[in-house]
Amino acid sequence: MNLTNLQAIRKWAVQTARLCCGIPDYDVYVKHLREHHPDRPVPSYKEFFRERQVARYKGTGGRCC
Amino acid sequence: MSTVAVKPSPAGKILWAAIAIVGAWCLGVVALRRGEPINAIWLVAAAIAVFVIGYRFYGKFINDRVLRMDPTRATPAVLRNDGLDYVPTDKWVVFGHHFAAIAGAGPLVGPVLAAQMGYLPGTLWILFGVVFAGAVQDFMILGLSVRRDGRSLGNMLRDELGPVAGVVAMFGVLVLMMIVLAVLALVVVKALTHSPWGTYTVACTIPIALLMGVYLRWFRPGKILEVSIIGLVLLLLAIWSGAFVAVSPTWGPLFDFDAKALAWLLIAYGFCASVLPVWLLLAPRDYLSTFLKIGTILLLALAIFLAAPTLQMPALTKFVDGSGPVFQGNLFPFLFITIACGAVSGWHSIIASGTTPKLISNEGEARMIGYGGMLMEAFVAIMALVAAASLHPGVYFAMNSPAALIGTTAQDAATAISQWGFVVTPDELLSTAQNIGEKTILSRAGGAPTLAVGMAQLLHGIIPGEGMMAFWYHYAILFEALFILTTVDAGTRVGRFMIQEIAGLIHKPLQHTESWTGNLLATAICVGLWGYFLYQGAVDPLGGINTLWPLFGIANQMLAAVALMLATVVTVKLKRERYVWVPGIPAIWLVVCTLTAGWQKLSGPISFTAAANKYAQAAADGKLLAPAKTVEEMQRIVTNNYVDAALTGIFMLLILTMLGFALNAIMKAWRINHPTAHEEPYVALGSVPTR
Repeated sequence: MNLTNLQAIRKWAVQTARLCCGIPDYDVYVKHLREHHPDRPVPSYKEFFRERQVARYKGTGGRCC
Repeated sequence: MSTVAVKPSPAGKILWAAIAIVGAWCLGVVALRRGEPINAIWLVAAAIAVFVIGYRFYGKFINDRVLRMDPTRATPAVLRNDGLDYVPTDKWVVFGHHFAAIAGAGPLVGPVLAAQMGYLPGTLWILFGVVFAGAVQDFMILGLSVRRDGRSLGNMLRDELGPVAGVVAMFGVLVLMMIVLAVLALVVVKALTHSPWGTYTVACTIPIALLMGVYLRWFRPGKILEVSIIGLVLLLLAIWSGAFVAVSPTWGPLFDFDAKALAWLLIAYGFCASVLPVWLLLAPRDYLSTFLKIGTILLLALAIFLAAPTLQMPALTKFVDGSGPVFQGNLFPFLFITIACGAVSGWHSIIASGTTPKLISNEGEARMIGYGGMLMEAFVAIMALVAAASLHPGVYFAMNSPAALIGTTAQDAATAISQWGFVVTPDELLSTAQNIGEKTILSRAGGAPTLAVGMAQLLHGIIPGEGMMAFWYHYAILFEALFILTTVDAGTRVGRFMIQEIAGLIHKPLQHTESWTGNLLATAICVGLWGYFLYQGAVDPLGGINTLWPLFGIANQMLAAVALMLATVVTVKLKRERYVWVPGIPAIWLVVCTLTAGWQKLSGPISFTAAANKYAQAAADGKLLAPAKTVEEMQRIVTNNYVDAALTGIFMLLILTMLGFALNAIMKAWRINHPTAHEEPYVALGSVPTR
């Protein structure tokens, strides 16, 4: 297995692990903001993380029995 | 969409024929071999073959013919991409996320309880239930939600069945949630009663989570994996040090509680935890339990494959006649109520119409995530069943029978259980308790402890070592407790928001989630609701699980029936009446099971009303029945049983109402000769600018 494969697997694992905790991909969000809402301020990862952390527990909690 | 008919290659045909033959052979061994114990690998292999075939053929059939998922059609994630909730995401990432959200403590508890009838009934229901009902529900609700901007189950019910049906269903969800929280909390109570080691380690999770929360907030914001590793190391330290706490004459008694005290502690904890800010306690524990859950499932799979245990439980026990000690009632309908999660779980319809449909980047991936995700959960249920069935049956019944039937000493329990035909000596029961570092294993119903002993024995078989079995046992207990406490905390919070919304209709300011009055009041109501059932379970003469698990099962299957009814209505509304049986038959099956079980719990020998009458009669005669010690306690048991009966009645009424709405919608749609479903219009994937 070459290095790019390993990096891809690592990226996949981190992204999955974060999403399981309700934290979407930060880079994707920043890219989305830059492309579609250049007028809006880009939050730091810290701000982004805190906002998502609170947002996760407002809905149905996102888990089963 | 018109499915492109790809002719299977000869090699492909041979491969699938081979899988079918191997699967049928394994299933034949599991189902037909009697007299000699079989190895768990037969069961696991049969399960894998059934799942693979179900996914390849039935899942694909639903994908192509019933839902007609279209890879050229833009999904909500693409159309409404906002980078936060709606994000087109890699299918494996979505799969991992979806599985982590649906797999909980449920598939680990139900199959363990159902093992009292032998391993065969539970196995067959999990295998065929998931292929024809559970995975169908998850996949179809996901498919419907993807076609409706990722709308929730409640919204879809409102759109397709009418506004009243939506309100009725949401009321059902709130009641179901309260029962789920009470039953899960009771599992923890049962596992921790008079277990200082277990109670100490679970108590340790609170300071560990607080530490993690502060670390994540102030020192290293957002470093979830890093903080979870720190948390895990601290947890393992807590398990290790628990051994010393348990034997310490000063510390041990501090963590030694009876069921009632533990119930009060959990109620108080639930209240505090859900009014604190999420970042402090809930979120960090959630991260820890999510990773621990995935890790433990992998560990269990590894243990089963490496240890390849022999199933000591017979294929069928005499308790298929309904006289079993773990739960009362005949195989039909109670097996189908007891194993909910793992075979078919209504709760999944909420997840499948929650975050997941907003992440799918292509409709062609919905089968793998919806149908495949549920098959994975069924596999977890099969593993739990294997862990329970590989225990000595005598030990299994000692752990899962209420004290009213087996007494409270190893001597009495061994005598009672040996009389049932599962010969066991008091020494075997005592040495099992000693091996896992506990004083007793008797009457620890609820699945978690049984699974923990099963897992500890499997892991001990692979990694032997002095005292390691006790470590593994407390690891498994901690894992379940941690997971359940997170659910209790998050569930109380969600319940609080629901209640505040309802309260807001009466007095507007109560609706503000920032208002402390509204917050505390709604939390108190929510905790009071599930706390009532939890406390009732703690004082229940049959040990609680025996009484409450059927209520939970009925409620969960009721929700599944409602979700499948929605799928049936939409299938007809799309004028695909030919395939109405795909969601229709499992919906009818669940309606029949829940109504029959509900009726038997309302009237007849195993009903709540019969139990209430028995205690009321005894109270009138001036007698005391165990475990009641006073007349007041007798009265409380009578009231509790009437409350349970009333709740059963409400669930039955609810399902009949929803059935009425569904039949009405089906008849209307059948007569109209054009599609009437509320789907979002088709947008080609290629026409959306790449985002």
